[in-house]
Amino acid sequence: MTSNARTATAWIFLSPAMAVIGIFFVIPVLAAFVLSFTDFDIYSLGNWNYIRFIGFQNYLRILDTPLFWKALKNTFYFVLIGGPLSVAVSLGTAMMLNSKLAKFKSLYRTIYFLPVVSSLIAVAIIWRYLYHPAHGLLNYVLSTVGISPVDWLGDPALAMPAIIIMAVWKNFGYNMLIFIAGLQNIPEDLYEAAHLDGASWSQQFKEITLPMLKPTTVFVVMITIIGYFQLFAEPYVMTQGGPLNSTTSIVLLMYEQGFRWWSMGYAAAIAFVLFIIILFFTLLQMLLQRSVK
Amino acid sequence: MGRSSGILSFVDWLNQMIQRLHYIVLVLIVFASGCTRQDEKITTIKFWGMGNEGEMVQSLIKEFERRNPTIKVEVQQIPWTAAHEKLLTAFAGGSTPDVCQLGNTWLPEFTVLNSLEPLEPFVQQSALTDLKDIFPGVLKTNILDSVLFGIPWYVDTRLVYYRKDILKQAGYAEFPKTWKDVLKASKIIQQQAKAKNTVCYPFFLPTNEWVPAIVLGMQSGGNFLKDKDSQGNFKGKQFTSAFTLMSEIYRQEYSPSGMQLITNLYNSFSDGLIAMYITGPWNIGEFSRRIAPELQNEWMTAPMPSMDSLSPGVSLPLGTSLAIFRKSEHKGAAWKLIEFLTSVEQSIEFYKITGNLPPRRSAWQDSALASNIYIKAFYQQLQRVDPLPQVPEWEQIVIRLQTYVEYIATGTMTVDAALKQFDGEVDVMLEKRRWMVEKGMK
Repeated sequence: MTSNARTATAWIFLSPAMAVIGIFFVIPVLAAFVLSFTDFDIYSLGNWNYIRFIGFQNYLRILDTPLFWKALKNTFYFVLIGGPLSVAVSLGTAMMLNSKLAKFKSLYRTIYFLPVVSSLIAVAIIWRYLYHPAHGLLNYVLSTVGISPVDWLGDPALAMPAIIIMAVWKNFGYNMLIFIAGLQNIPEDLYEAAHLDGASWSQQFKEITLPMLKPTTVFVVMITIIGYFQLFAEPYVMTQGGPLNSTTSIVLLMYEQGFRWWSMGYAAAIAFVLFIIILFFTLLQMLLQRSVK
Repeated sequence: MGRSSGILSFVDWLNQMIQRLHYIVLVLIVFASGCTRQDEKITTIKFWGMGNEGEMVQSLIKEFERRNPTIKVEVQQIPWTAAHEKLLTAFAGGSTPDVCQLGNTWLPEFTVLNSLEPLEPFVQQSALTDLKDIFPGVLKTNILDSVLFGIPWYVDTRLVYYRKDILKQAGYAEFPKTWKDVLKASKIIQQQAKAKNTVCYPFFLPTNEWVPAIVLGMQSGGNFLKDKDSQGNFKGKQFTSAFTLMSEIYRQEYSPSGMQLITNLYNSFSDGLIAMYITGPWNIGEFSRRIAPELQNEWMTAPMPSMDSLSPGVSLPLGTSLAIFRKSEHKGAAWKLIEFLTSVEQSIEFYKITGNLPPRRSAWQDSALASNIYIKAFYQQLQRVDPLPQVPEWEQIVIRLQTYVEYIATGTMTVDAALKQFDGEVDVMLEKRRWMVEKGMK
């Protein structure tokens, strides 16, 4: 077969997948990009003559909206606290499960992984019960050690931490599996040699585990951060962005602007601002990965 | 025996099978024709009901289907929190139901979309629907640019719930008719509480609600928007006086200026921490259940106080209406359902199972309503309700207004500064509308 024919064959085999990606991904993204330069709103939905091209006005308006900055702050709060916490918990459990002392490893692995595969909406609703100020299990447990009831989701200062705790619990299992795979790739003889040389546990962790896990960690951190930037379902189900907008994330703001008020043009612009933020972190990831190599 | 008989028996078997097949085909044909005949007779309409009403309406629907054997109603229950998004998305996707329950503040949006069917022609031919019997202020919310788009299903307005004993102690055997007197009463109640070394916030105005601010604004004669509803008018004299009254209530500590203090409304009412509060009809049931038993005779409802001498003061016409979507292919059957559900008879039935108030004035003569002492104030109030501006941006505007209520409650901003900034925000929200008005599209 000539290389031309081979290329043609490859294209034919790829075409169904390409078509799906084109129709459901590329075209909508391009449409959203165009939309972000229009003032598509509820009036335009009723009559397409009411669409205006307004250049960068949506983007300028975003920068001028206090709620956007609040949402940006909330999102960074979630990413910068929740992200590292999630990675730390994943690494911790991965090391426990990888330890020679651990028993019933596959059972625990399954249990820890269960939250990842359960429906986020169902989980969020259950956690709302756990957080209930009067009848919640969490406050009941706290009351047994003499802590008075906490209004987890009703207090502006606590709502975001409450969501972070839930999100970490929900997600750590996935990263844990990746860490377990990474840990299993570390040759056992390194530890044996270190042990013979009299290295303590913490020295082994610092000098062997962490450096050997670096590529895994960079990957996990970046994937987690990119995912956490798209925080939406947790506040949507549990707090609707409240109290006092303390849990409004960028994606929730976008959803509200787009589907509640139907300011589609404005919402599309928010989407692209988020895209730029995530792009920045992805580039950062690539740089870091290169430095690892 | 042997081979030939084997073939014979096979032919026999084949014959039998063919005969049987005839039967099967015959049965299928009869069955299929039966189905098509049924399909021609029965019209299925889709009805979207919201929240609790969507669930409770089911029993009325059964009765409707019994009376109209040719119509089948599929009820889809939609939670209130998702209803608005879902309806807009359904419109964009061309999958709107035949009949829908719409909050009457949502009607402007759906008429801007040109998605609702004008109902006047149906009403003219109806023996059951009598528009003149509906509270006029409520009916007005269903008329946009003089076209009728919805029939009120149940009504809701806001008025004052108060502790009779506390007001009596302050010298008010009857609830004050003007805001001036409410403030006077509040002062006395506060002083009496202080003398007893207790705390009382006489008039609870939550900082996360827009209703009191808008009601006070309406009573000050406020036109919230100007220039064909294309510009904010909140910094005008009228709304300023409404906001000033509110800030006075917070400044004198007649109301707490945050939401942390009143965690449970009913307990606070029972404890005498608050004595007056503006809310809606659903709280009749809640108060009856949740106010302390020994105080059950000590709470009452009263119409809104007013800014002038007219009583009662104006309040809001809220509630929901039933509307037909333009895309519906069964408008006749859809109207039948609306006619049935909004009839006097069924609205009384609906009141009995949900406590939702009927929009038809003649329904209030029924003993079920007349015997409830808390409902009388709602009847008086519903005679004096004025519609809100009918623009699609309204909901966005009032939700934003809550933030400014909080600003003046906490004293973060002065009334003038808050309203000036709020007006600016409203102007941004109405920018599109202004453009349309200028172009003569509106």
